[in-house]
Amino acid sequence: MRYGRAPEVLRDIDLNLEPGSFHFLTGATGAGKSSLLKLIYLAARPSRGLISLFGRDVNAMARRDLPFVRRRIGVVFQEFHLLDHLSAFDNVGLPLRIAGARIEDYRADVIELLQWVGLGGKIHAFPPTLSGGEKQRLSIARAVVNKPDILLADEPTGNVDHAMALRILRLLVEMNSLGTTVVIASHDQDLVRRSGMPVLHVHDGGLHLIGAAPQASAAEPAPPEPARPESARPEPVPHDDPEDPEAQSEPEPPPAAEGEA
Amino acid sequence: MSPARAPHNAPADFRAASLLPRQDERAGGLVFTVAVLAFLACLAVIATLAADRAARGWVTQLSSSATIQVRPSGDETGPEAAARAAETAAAVKGVVEARALDRKAAETLLEPWLGKGNLPADLPLPFLVTVELDPKAPATAVSLDQAMAHAHIDASVDDHSRWMQDVRRSGNLVRVIAALACALIASAAGSMIAFATRQGLAARRDVVEVLHLCGAEDSFIANLFMVRFSSLAFRAAAYGAIAAAAAGALTRLAGGSDGFTPALPISWLDLASCIAAPLLGAAVAAVSAKTVATRILRAQP
Ligand SMILES: Nc1ncnc2c1ncn2[C@@H]1O[C@H](COP(=O)(O)OP(=O)(O)OP(=O)(O)O)[C@@H](O)[C@H]1O
Ligand SMILES: [Mg+2]
Repeated sequence: MRYGRAPEVLRDIDLNLEPGSFHFLTGATGAGKSSLLKLIYLAARPSRGLISLFGRDVNAMARRDLPFVRRRIGVVFQEFHLLDHLSAFDNVGLPLRIAGARIEDYRADVIELLQWVGLGGKIHAFPPTLSGGEKQRLSIARAVVNKPDILLADEPTGNVDHAMALRILRLLVEMNSLGTTVVIASHDQDLVRRSGMPVLHVHDGGLHLIGAAPQASAAEPAPPEPARPESARPEPVPHDDPEDPEAQSEPEPPPAAEGEA
Repeated sequence: MSPARAPHNAPADFRAASLLPRQDERAGGLVFTVAVLAFLACLAVIATLAADRAARGWVTQLSSSATIQVRPSGDETGPEAAARAAETAAAVKGVVEARALDRKAAETLLEPWLGKGNLPADLPLPFLVTVELDPKAPATAVSLDQAMAHAHIDASVDDHSRWMQDVRRSGNLVRVIAALACALIASAAGSMIAFATRQGLAARRDVVEVLHLCGAEDSFIANLFMVRFSSLAFRAAAYGAIAAAAAGALTRLAGGSDGFTPALPISWLDLASCIAAPLLGAAVAAVSAKTVATRILRAQP
């Protein structure tokens, strides 16, 4: 993919995310991690190549179908994208409200989730009054509130201390164990190593799979247990391969995740 | 972090907040403009209703009367001829009453033009007979003419039909112009709202983007703008309508105890027409905002 007329940011990427898989996405700053996630959550379209989500070709999707695909993808944005004029409660409830739920039906769930991410005392606070870490957790709560099939987190631990980072990681792993496909872009090498999860490394426009990172023997608050990579969910999930000028329409089903330079 | 329980779980605290930022810049100017447009539209409607009533009143007055001008002939004096003409006219079917105007009455009629006491005594005034017609089956000018001829009176009958035509024509014209003015005002309000919607979408691009990313359909977002601007237009048009009704009421009161302002006889009921302004304003704004927002959103990649 590319932005405008700039050189291509990502090319030669062939990635297949199995339903229920868990990956870290690493790479130098500016390598294209956020861009890759954008392609998956449909905020950007590939300049060439093919992306299919839930078994459907994204390029062939009509604009009016996109909202329904997006509702199955939870995203923790690198820059949060919270609505400043809405309270923490309303921000988290937003995806549910958009999907047509009534406030009476989700009030309790949202409050519980806010308490879970440690924002129980900030339910009525507005984002501009929150710290960076608090905003981050708010953004995470919003991403998971409608139990998405895919959870994409762009630097979800960038603004929090180590203990909170581990806690967030545990939340994401828990989501994964419930069947959600998870991709976390992160600079936190320690966290990545500690998790023992497979790593996708973006480098020079390409994607490399670095199996499971060597497990560090951590004694901290319960290092997340590795998720079973191949859950038997019938759904074909994101299959992502921008790049490849001509033929590239074969929906190949390789095992877990696959990256190539 | 302490997972402190929220102390406030009262349902009232959790009313669904407006998804668009509540106070928008330039909303004040928009409210003012829409209010002014509604004010003008309401005034136009009130004035038209009153003008219509005036025209109808005039037509009724004119159609229920006729004037006969008598020219004395032979050895008959003017007053004698007029008296005979009145007698003759009164016998015609469709005439309620016919009365010869004496010189004093004729002078009174001329007063407004010539001033009191300015009439030379020897000024030859026409001899007139005013005829009051049965409003249900008025006598025609032709039948009066025939009666005069039959009685050998040299007279010309004016049943005011030419005037009535003029009054009717200008009444229709006023109505058309008022309808045109209202249509223009409504479309001005519509394009104001369209402009504001475009502005709002541009100014809130961040909000729109987040809503999209959270799975909102275009129609969901367009509806937010529709509700926002139609309620704004309702409120603004209500202000304008109230001001117009107040202006109308003042005119009515200034017109005297029985409300008879000859040129614009406003009735209290006319003021009720202002109620339509907020409803129409809201409808125009809703259509305009929804259309523009939908078109802009659809055009986005
Ligand atoms: N909206 C944009 N318009 C133009 N260029 C962009 C845009 N977003 C990103 N880029 C460029 O694309 C490249 C990849 O950016 P991206 O945000 O994907 O990197 P990243 O790996 O997420 O970096 P970081 O770790 O700093 O978040 C960078 O060179 C960046 O300058
Ligand atoms: Mg990034």
